[in-house]
Amino acid sequence: MAEENVKEKVVDIICKLLEVPREKVTMEARYAEDLGADSLDTAELVLEFEDVFKISVPEDAEGRIRTVGETVKFIEEELAKKKAMAS
Amino acid sequence: METFLDLGGRVAVVTGGARGIGAEICRLLHSLGACIATMDLNREGVEALAAELSAKGPKAAGYGVNVADPAQVEAAAEAVLKDFGKVDVLVNNAGITRDNVLIRMTDEAWDLVLNVHLKGTFLMTRAFARPMLRARKGAIVNMASVVGIMGNAGQANYSAAKGGIIALTKTSAKEFAGRGIRVNAVAPGYIATDMTAAMSQEARDAMLKVVPLGRPGTVSDVASAVAFLASDRAGYITGQVLQVCGGMLM
Repeated sequence: MAEENVKEKVVDIICKLLEVPREKVTMEARYAEDLGADSLDTAELVLEFEDVFKISVPEDAEGRIRTVGETVKFIEEELAKKKAMAS
Repeated sequence: METFLDLGGRVAVVTGGARGIGAEICRLLHSLGACIATMDLNREGVEALAAELSAKGPKAAGYGVNVADPAQVEAAAEAVLKDFGKVDVLVNNAGITRDNVLIRMTDEAWDLVLNVHLKGTFLMTRAFARPMLRARKGAIVNMASVVGIMGNAGQANYSAAKGGIIALTKTSAKEFAGRGIRVNAVAPGYIATDMTAAMSQEARDAMLKVVPLGRPGTVSDVASAVAFLASDRAGYITGQVLQVCGGMLM
């Protein structure tokens, strides 16, 4: 999956699930503080990311991911790891 | 004619549907218009019930599932979504008893009863809440028992499991309320089923003495309460325990 594609998809998912306008979902946006997500929202987001990108997000990773940009970075890294393992 | 309770177009998942209260819940929800996906360890039992229901109304299917097994529950959730496309109602009814006085109760009897009732309810809720969260709509009804509130000599495992289900009901009600999902429990008292028929005559007589309405409850009494809580008629009710016990506990 190309880099732009991951970013695009992540933003799509966030907009849909949190019902926030696209312009608010910047790479610096924090889920709780800037996007108004509660703990169930973030749990739903994690499940959605896992489904869409076919990755698994360990519990300890959830605490490290606070912004949209960090999410994109994490997913790209996971996808790269998967690709490396497959080849 | 518009009926008071209408579940037309809804998909209801019912565990422990092969016999007793669970089978009656399947029949009643189906008669109110719901499609039924029912699960039980006894696969032949739920398949037979599903075939009987399908023949005379909305679609029904039976699945052989051990609700205490996470992998089986996940697979069942996938199968139901594939077969029915959505889930509107979840009734966590599956249960067993392994009664004994506490000091003679084995670890196995404790673990088995806690796993089927409490862990099973947790696993099913976790698996099936997801499509409900996505839909921003749903109703979950958990089978508790009055002994989960008042205790019962000889049922340390069962009463602890049922008490746990009540707490789980309230917690999931709070977590899901903002997403349009209601979670309630039904707490039957002394109900005439295969499970209570296994009790001694003496124990049954003693129970009836403390039931103000003077009769054992029927599976239909319990199913009616479940149907109400599963329906939109209970739209403002969540986190509650509805006792169906003939006044045994007030």
